[in-house]
Amino acid sequence: MLDADFFRRWMTATAASVDREAERLTDLDSPIGDADHGSNMQRGFIAVVATLEKEAPDTPGAVLMLAGRQLISTVGGASGPLYGTLLRRTGKELGDAAEVDEAQFTDALRTGVDAVMTLGGAAPGDKTMIDALVPAVDALEDSFTAARAAAEEGALATTPLQARKGRASYLGERSIGHQDPGATSSALLIAALAETAGESDE
Amino acid sequence: MRMLINVAETVVADALRGMAAAHPELTVDVENRVIVRRDAPLAGKVGLVSGGGSGHEPLHGGFVGPGMLSAACPGEVFTSPVPDQMVRAAAAVDSGAGVLFIVKNYTGDVLNFDMAAELAEDEGIQIAKVLVNDDVAVTDSLYTAGRRGTGATLFVEKIAGAAADEGAPLERVQALARQVNENSRSFGVALSACTTPAKGSPTFDLPPGELELGVGIHGEPGRERRAMMTSREIADFSVHAILDDFTPRNPVLVLVNGMGATPLLELYGFNAEVQRVLTERGVPVARTLVGNYVTSLDMAGASVTLCQVDEELLRLWDAPVSTPGLRWGM
Repeated sequence: MLDADFFRRWMTATAASVDREAERLTDLDSPIGDADHGSNMQRGFIAVVATLEKEAPDTPGAVLMLAGRQLISTVGGASGPLYGTLLRRTGKELGDAAEVDEAQFTDALRTGVDAVMTLGGAAPGDKTMIDALVPAVDALEDSFTAARAAAEEGALATTPLQARKGRASYLGERSIGHQDPGATSSALLIAALAETAGESDE
Repeated sequence: MRMLINVAETVVADALRGMAAAHPELTVDVENRVIVRRDAPLAGKVGLVSGGGSGHEPLHGGFVGPGMLSAACPGEVFTSPVPDQMVRAAAAVDSGAGVLFIVKNYTGDVLNFDMAAELAEDEGIQIAKVLVNDDVAVTDSLYTAGRRGTGATLFVEKIAGAAADEGAPLERVQALARQVNENSRSFGVALSACTTPAKGSPTFDLPPGELELGVGIHGEPGRERRAMMTSREIADFSVHAILDDFTPRNPVLVLVNGMGATPLLELYGFNAEVQRVLTERGVPVARTLVGNYVTSLDMAGASVTLCQVDEELLRLWDAPVSTPGLRWGM
């Protein structure tokens, strides 16, 4: 079973990972976007960790809703509303249960990913974060480790695609050959989830 | 990298502190990143709020003041502001007559303003929106996020601002703003990439002797790359790209806009060529504005925006305005 502490540690692990990879995310965002994805995500997750420490929400749903609200308030750009919605909708779906099992979490995350697709209007293959998140949720039916591998594979698979959403879409064919920064940060989020689950197993 | 900054993290806050010192006629909330005209809210008048990433100065903060915007929210460099800023701005300028959000069509701006509109309406503020999407370099919205909002933003903010100051109701201000957008088209070229403070190196590699045609205002490359052209050739290409998209039947407002690093000497020379093409194509010009208004940090290059106007729009364009970035008639 996954409790509030698990989700708090997931957010902390994501923050650490985004912090380590900020420069790479910004570099990926440079040829096809506007070179700020790393610094924006870094700013957002620093704020998430700070607010979770201060307010100490005590259910999984409350942790994710607070984290999502904080991302919306601090990240800006498209990433703020999209990542914020992902976490908020997932958290809302979890309700006020003190603990959730993996199946419940998988269902909730799927709802969150669907909400991101509705908000951003993106579908798989558009070269966005969706290309990492959709396979990750599918694989989460099996295990956290499988979800991590699927997200990373999904992010890598954005390289040959032509962007149809977001700022990279303005480049048309010239967006081909670059890995999508949003899919990459989504893979970091899922990798942090697997890392957190791995810790729990020990 | 050589930039006149302290550290990338404080660039926007530092600029706002400097702006506050230079413009006591504005209320600059550095902490919450909202710039408001000092006399807001104006009783019975519609509030006008715009915003977007920083790095486009004077857009938008430089267009706050009588005759134009009521408030602006600057985001991080090239990053849209967050909904909290927009709600705060709306609350600061709402007199009960409602607030118009002027939103450039970029995914981040659209999503954050949408969220802000919901939150502001929860607080009892009536919100209307107008989306600016004038960039003809983006042709197919099925395969893109749709046309970008660029130079026409200035026309929308000025004309809607004049209408709001005259006391036009929210629906009318919104309708005029939409009319301006629908009658505006832009095309931009880059002669160099720009450098964001966060990255510290040019956002794309543009070798000497080449230029990018059809750029937006965020340092992203454009529609195609070519060998460097003369001012005359660039004017021909840009104006034709616009006129291929629409045929003005009325006189137009012309904005020849610098991207930030192109001197006025070049912009005026470019404007001469733009006017020549317009004359050749039989497009009458009502007014022309030349300068750095919708910039892209230190990018060299220029954009052309045409806005077809009727008598009403022209009258509102000519109405007095007093902002840091645009000022006439008062």
